[in-house]
Amino acid sequence: VAVGQCGNQVGCRFWDLALREHAAVNKKGIYDEALSSFFRNVDTRNGGDGRDISKGKICSLKARALLIDMEEGVVNEILQGPLRDVFDSKQLITDVSGSGNNWAVGHKLYGCQYRENIVEKLRKTAEHCDCLQCFFIIHSMGGGTGSGLGTFVLNLLEDEFPEVYRFVTSVYPSGEDDVITSPYNSVLAMKELNEHADCVLPIENESLFDIVNKIQQMVNSGKLGSIVKQNSLVTSSASSTKTVQEKPFDAMNNIIANLLLNLTSSARFEGSLNMDLNEISMNLVPFPRLHYLVSSLTPLYTLADVNVPARRLDQMFSDAFSRDHQLIQADPKHSLYLACALLVRGNVQISDLRRNIERLKPSLNFVSWNREGWKTGLCSVPPVGHSHSLLALANNTCVKPTFMELKDRFMRLYKKKAHLHHYLHIDGMEQSCFSEAISSLSDLIEEYNELDATKSGPGIDPARLKIAV
Amino acid sequence: MSIVTVQLGQCGNQIGQEVFNAVCSDIHGKHGLCSKKENESYQDTCKERFFSEEKAGVPVARAVLVDMEPKVISQTLAVAARSGYWKYNDRSHFCQKQGSGNNWANGYCVHGPKHKDEIMNLVQKEAEKCDRLSGFVTIMSMAGGTGSGLGAFVTQCLRDAFPASFILNHVIWPYGTGEVIVQNYNSILTLSHLYRSSDALLVHENDVVHKICAQLLNIKQISFRDVNQVIAHQLGSVFQPVYTAEGALHYSRNPLGVLMETLVPHPEFKMLGLRNIPQMPENSLAYSTFSWPGLIKHLRQMLIANATMEEGIDWQVRAPCPGSSIPSRHPTSKPLHFNTSIANLVILRGKDTHSADIGSFQDPALYTSWLSPQDAFNLWKTPRAFNKYEKSAALVSNSQFLLKPLDKLVGKAWNMFASKAYIHQYTKHGIEEDDFLDSFTALEQVTSSYATL
Repeated sequence: VAVGQCGNQVGCRFWDLALREHAAVNKKGIYDEALSSFFRNVDTRNGGDGRDISKGKICSLKARALLIDMEEGVVNEILQGPLRDVFDSKQLITDVSGSGNNWAVGHKLYGCQYRENIVEKLRKTAEHCDCLQCFFIIHSMGGGTGSGLGTFVLNLLEDEFPEVYRFVTSVYPSGEDDVITSPYNSVLAMKELNEHADCVLPIENESLFDIVNKIQQMVNSGKLGSIVKQNSLVTSSASSTKTVQEKPFDAMNNIIANLLLNLTSSARFEGSLNMDLNEISMNLVPFPRLHYLVSSLTPLYTLADVNVPARRLDQMFSDAFSRDHQLIQADPKHSLYLACALLVRGNVQISDLRRNIERLKPSLNFVSWNREGWKTGLCSVPPVGHSHSLLALANNTCVKPTFMELKDRFMRLYKKKAHLHHYLHIDGMEQSCFSEAISSLSDLIEEYNELDATKSGPGIDPARLKIAV
Repeated sequence: MSIVTVQLGQCGNQIGQEVFNAVCSDIHGKHGLCSKKENESYQDTCKERFFSEEKAGVPVARAVLVDMEPKVISQTLAVAARSGYWKYNDRSHFCQKQGSGNNWANGYCVHGPKHKDEIMNLVQKEAEKCDRLSGFVTIMSMAGGTGSGLGAFVTQCLRDAFPASFILNHVIWPYGTGEVIVQNYNSILTLSHLYRSSDALLVHENDVVHKICAQLLNIKQISFRDVNQVIAHQLGSVFQPVYTAEGALHYSRNPLGVLMETLVPHPEFKMLGLRNIPQMPENSLAYSTFSWPGLIKHLRQMLIANATMEEGIDWQVRAPCPGSSIPSRHPTSKPLHFNTSIANLVILRGKDTHSADIGSFQDPALYTSWLSPQDAFNLWKTPRAFNKYEKSAALVSNSQFLLKPLDKLVGKAWNMFASKAYIHQYTKHGIEEDDFLDSFTALEQVTSSYATL
């Protein structure tokens, strides 16, 4: 479910890259299990929306998606672009005037107005699934639609589909965000994420920007003996011959799209140690509210070398833990790990994985009750254009600074009651919404504080049960 | 007599397929090194034990494949069929779509009861195909959600449905550092539940097998396939046909029954370890010669020094002298240097087994005092060589082999439990803190029992 401008722009990149990935693997054009995780196969020969074809040749692929925006621009562009046949009108919900960067407008006003419509469309998409395991929500936190209506949808999903996992990819605003009210919107949205999401993958634009620049530098430098292949983390299928992106955020959004593809790769494709989405939530969320996962993707690009010596493979693992590969401004190495997951794709075996875990472990701080807290997965199918790749997901206290800064920015506005009236005059909004939201965020920060306090402790193991012999 | 194998979860299915492969390739091999009559008898016994004949075509494995997600089973079926030597029955599998999420409670409390009838129907069908059923072997890992949780549930169902059959759980002990973060929880829940329903647990530790691949087989980039093939080889060396008595005319008819009788004299002690010698890369085999005295000497030292393979054995460890007082052993003060056994089984395969002298295994100093060494030690033999090894010996041991791993496992799980981390994931599917405590209590009991041997 993509909500808002950011959500839909990222979503667009996601569907483009997903098609590219499946096209590279699925040579015979047969609709298989892997494809059915994200796409329906629809019989469109008689025009319009035919019935689903569950096996056999691919007829027409339709994304299992919902596109929601309170402005029409972004969604219209998608429907006029190369992806127009992947969606149908029953998957779209749009309005004209937008949410004015106001969480309350998105959550309370439009939420109320579009509730039934959204529920109905969600039910329809769910009915087309044999076995619905997970919802992905893609949105930004700083605006009005993605933030407000996006978290409204999150609530809805919990009410209507309580057994289905809710993974949320949230783009957090940076310090120099030009939306003045973004701290309000973000903190109000955080409360919803705290209470209703199973897993949140926070992303910061600054980090994406830095990564894009790094890749651009490598491509442009053309260092002697190292030619960067056209395919990198930021390449679209459309621009396989050019390295310049057409739209300013495409490169950054491709990174998020790749994150989601890698996250779901082991659920879609075979491997010697499968890692499903419910396993991610099970292993990386030790306490219900601590469900914020810092992610990093490596390699960012591949060199044209065909041979990949072990050294280069090991470099990929080292990079995954370095500060400049994280998708938020954080340094997990100097904070406390509660849990860590490594999902490897391509020709990498268990011994490579183990060797690198042994090598990197000493430089990482793990909480005392989870000293060997690693979850690993091996998927045989590499991403397009790479021979192997690694996605690292960390439940680490390094998210704390991001949340603390958010809180600070919120308080600077809130103390002066700046712009509050825009929110409070919306039906259903009260002062208590704000105080509850900041309280929820403060509690979360406090939980991370308490864990950080244990970092330097002696870590004495608790006494075992004594059995009478 | 036949064995029905139940393959559970990704690990169970991947290993199961390698086991049938190993067994099949062994009987088709030309390295039997024995008389034609002997070879034929071996092949027939093996086929009856593990395969049912299809009217036209390759033998069909006596197996039921169970998994909560579809990818592994479809792979397993395909790879087996491609071999051309054997296959699985197209209908003997059960799978779902969503997996167990590495959640023991999900496997045991949700999937188990929900799919019990369908799974047990498949088992019943396989059991009915056997002229005589020796029992069941389940293959599962302890770390995940399906093999462990659903596996524990299915074991219970097997016990209820087949009270007179033997049940052996082949259990994979996960790597010490992480495959799954909640692996220690899943493991203690699995072990404590299996202990109630099964006859014995035969354990393979991933760390140990990994070392064998690295140091003995010189594999550079070890894959799970390599690990699974070593495990399959070791299992084959136990379950392929043997003569269980001196002067016996037929291969043993009841492999599981005899195994249990010899190795599990007391229900408190069900943990069996497995050692195999020699293990070397295939291309070195042609250049190596083995002698029974050498193999037996190494195997015995591996037993008493608790070595996991034939390299790096601590030769300083000696059996305690008779007559010396054995001080009362507290689990934490005993240095665990000498591995005390309850019962041992040695299986010799290949040339000149009649000349092998296993007297050193009958030394009473190796054993507790409950059984006479004649009862505590058993020897099985066959002149038919196994899997290209001219001479090979296997040891199945009910001893303190697994004491240290078990103690470590319980310790790590307890450490995590004390902080209550991840408990909410289990309670939401029906496993409460009390259930955890029951498991801890049961396993501390088992640990203590083995420690005070």
